[in-house]
Amino acid sequence: MKYMKLIATLVLTLVVFYCLNTKLGAIPPVGKFLDPVNGVWQNETNEIIEGNVTIAGLSAPVTIHYDAHLIPHIFAQNDADLYKAQGYVTAKHRLWQMEFQTHAAAGRLSEIIGKNALDYDRRERRRGMAYGAEMALEKMKDDPEAIALLKAYRDGVNSYIESLDDKNIPVEFKLLDYKPEPWTIKKTALLLMYMTKMLAGGDDDLEYTNSLRKFGQERFDLLFPDFFDVNDPVIPKDTDWSFIDTEMTKAPQGDIPLDTIRETIAKPHPDNGSNNWAVSSEKSVTGNAILANDPHLGLNLPSIWFVMQLSTPQHSAMGATLPGALGIISGFNNHIAWGETNATRDVLDWYKIEFKDDSRSQYKYGDSWKDTSIRVETINVRGALPVIDSVLYTHHGPVTYDHNFKSDNKRAGYAMKWVGHTGGNNQRPFLDLNKAKNYDDYVNALKGYTAPAQNFVFASTSGDIALWIQGLFPNKWEGQGKFLMDGSNPDHDWQGYIPQAFNAHVKNPERGFVSSANQHPVDESYPFYVFNDGYETYRNRVINDFFRSKDKFSVDDFKALHNNNYNLKAAELLTEMFKSIDVSALTEEERAIYKQIKSWDFNNDIDQVGPSIWRAWWYKLYPMVWDEFDTEDEALTTPFTYQTIYLLINRPKDKFMDILETPEIETAHDLFLKAFKDAVKDLNDWKAKHGDYNWKDYKATYAGHLLQALPAFSRFDIPIGGDANIVNATSENHGPSWRMIVEMSSPPKALGIYPGGQSGNPGSLYYDNMIDDWAAGTYYDLNFMQNDTATSDIISTQTLTPSN
Amino acid sequence: MRKEHIINFIVTILLAFILSQFLPWWSIMVAGFVSALFFSLKKLAVFVVPFLAILLFWSVYAFIASSGNDFTLAKKISVLLSLGGNPYLLILVTGIIGGLAAGISALLGKQLSLLAGR
Repeated sequence: MKYMKLIATLVLTLVVFYCLNTKLGAIPPVGKFLDPVNGVWQNETNEIIEGNVTIAGLSAPVTIHYDAHLIPHIFAQNDADLYKAQGYVTAKHRLWQMEFQTHAAAGRLSEIIGKNALDYDRRERRRGMAYGAEMALEKMKDDPEAIALLKAYRDGVNSYIESLDDKNIPVEFKLLDYKPEPWTIKKTALLLMYMTKMLAGGDDDLEYTNSLRKFGQERFDLLFPDFFDVNDPVIPKDTDWSFIDTEMTKAPQGDIPLDTIRETIAKPHPDNGSNNWAVSSEKSVTGNAILANDPHLGLNLPSIWFVMQLSTPQHSAMGATLPGALGIISGFNNHIAWGETNATRDVLDWYKIEFKDDSRSQYKYGDSWKDTSIRVETINVRGALPVIDSVLYTHHGPVTYDHNFKSDNKRAGYAMKWVGHTGGNNQRPFLDLNKAKNYDDYVNALKGYTAPAQNFVFASTSGDIALWIQGLFPNKWEGQGKFLMDGSNPDHDWQGYIPQAFNAHVKNPERGFVSSANQHPVDESYPFYVFNDGYETYRNRVINDFFRSKDKFSVDDFKALHNNNYNLKAAELLTEMFKSIDVSALTEEERAIYKQIKSWDFNNDIDQVGPSIWRAWWYKLYPMVWDEFDTEDEALTTPFTYQTIYLLINRPKDKFMDILETPEIETAHDLFLKAFKDAVKDLNDWKAKHGDYNWKDYKATYAGHLLQALPAFSRFDIPIGGDANIVNATSENHGPSWRMIVEMSSPPKALGIYPGGQSGNPGSLYYDNMIDDWAAGTYYDLNFMQNDTATSDIISTQTLTPSN
Repeated sequence: MRKEHIINFIVTILLAFILSQFLPWWSIMVAGFVSALFFSLKKLAVFVVPFLAILLFWSVYAFIASSGNDFTLAKKISVLLSLGGNPYLLILVTGIIGGLAAGISALLGKQLSLLAGR
């Protein structure tokens, strides 16, 4: 009996221990997690960061002043110490995010999350993300100084990781029950790939191929023209290109393969983009050039940006950094300011590969066969056996689609050719920009930058403004890479790249301002082939019209423009729709809502109902127009908004306007009415459930935690106006992820804010403290410290000291 | 409440506090087990006394760790664990989990002490 009871209590004790010590499904190991001594309770931190920390390998002490926004101002004696400290400080606030984003880039999320992430990981492996990062590191080896600094950053991150014990690892590690692994220089390369995928990893070549086959060339060109009928390009229209004397690539003979492709891999968010602009000293009220930047990315917590000041006796820069990469990415120093928007060029193409036989060891190229190589991708899966996926590589790139992945043809596949795989030292340009003193330094800094191609805006204290569209761009023949190409035809290969000096750029234009908002980079006069691969067509016109509207501009004008909610898209279509709507065909409740939208001033402000009605209406109308594209049998992409509205207005009787499933032949005007009636139903349903459909509630902007917007760590119903295609580009979960305005006085005066907070710890008051101010359209003065003497604005100071 | 209850209660907390400084979370299970081994109780008290001791220890510890930071994280974890965002409920749940673990291991300690003829 004694033994029975002993065994029973022993088993009970072990069961209780196991259950409280083990992650069961989504439930964290409850005992370990809730332990007040070592568990999640220890992540309640007040962020008073003081004292001395000993760091191995520093050559001199490094001072870190934290201001009231928890922005660190790092003062080091040399570059190696500076970037080591940047690694240490970034990890201190953003370690989990740094690890998660680089795991995501490498296709390693299954290691953390388990088999639910397997599809995601396979896709990233087949996209060649880690391969691209390895190619980048290979290129960086030509720059030993950059490698040394990457290593210094790595050591800084790792000295922070080593200082951690179970008690103070970030809360997400405790929640998911795993430990951080050491940082490597490859992880920095992976982070840069993560950005390259986000900003230059999109294309619709396979969808276009399907559309071309389905609708024919003439109809395709109507739907997807190379240029829209309006174009206010990044580089002004009157630019003289006569200095470009290189040969254009001739279009080859031979057909493109018109395959049917059923399914394609997920693409980056279509709204990934940004605004930037600068006015020259002549166009500025104060006589100092002014520059602004706001990158539009997913609104996540922890935020994608981390603000810092990085100083040595030789140079000092401040602005937004990317946790995991060195230096300031969008910022300023005492001489210049810079910022980026996405260049949105087509740098990703697809080639059809014909294998010689079932072994797939060779593929057709010209008159002979070329060998494939195999990259074995081992995906470790938490709680399950590893999954192995062998990806074939050709001289084009990885064969993403084959009979193992979204395709069923044993002897054919589609290979990806992507600038992300060509390798590039894309860390160096930012290190150099941080130190740049003038226009020439800026141009030299950018020269080696390959991807993701960006519109780099520039302003200096000497009053210069400029904008270079910089990246590595294939010099394409007319039409190249719009559709799937023939991988066996050498003429279909990329024949070369646009020489860097011929990348489109502008310095001190007569109009006194430069700007970019992801629109077409150039007009038709630019000699190289650039087709419309998703260029924005609304924000740029609002921005440029604003800068044409008067002679001089101030910082307040810049703020107003960042927060400008004018919905040009709605204005352009609604004016036409109002003309055709027959009010007598509306019921009483429809008439009430029609009256509301008719009185709207086209501003997407939070308290208005107009934007909600417009959205409901447009979301009904757009799929009605493109019902021809509604199929499961092949991957298709519907035409861009601008062209859709163009056709609705200018070709109202086009065949595409007809709704296929009704016996009648509809015109655009029928669709307007039909869509409106459907929208009213939706709006009234919404109102019955949620109350008034004012724009704030209807849009319901949120900033989601990186773990699939885990509600506990996310912020919902953020009161901010705007929408996609509006200068204030805030949609539900996407928008201005960093807003910066810099006036180039001496020293520069800068404003900045972002929808998040400096701390990555949900247990910190600085986790999301900037969100409300950001939503209200306010800014923080960025305290650009001219020396390392702490002022009253500094709330705490930490010193990193060498170990010996 | 009898004297041995009080002794067991205090010893459990003291042991838990000391062990928790260098052992993982299951230090409280060791505390419950050891105090049952040496300060044996009877019947329901075998479980209840260490349960209450660790409930108090973990709740107070959690409260102290969290109150200085306005329960910022506790509120969020309370949402995460479907406790409605109430930090005090989370503190209570924390205490109960710890108490449960300590109480169960005390049962084992008690059985072992019986076997050892104490």
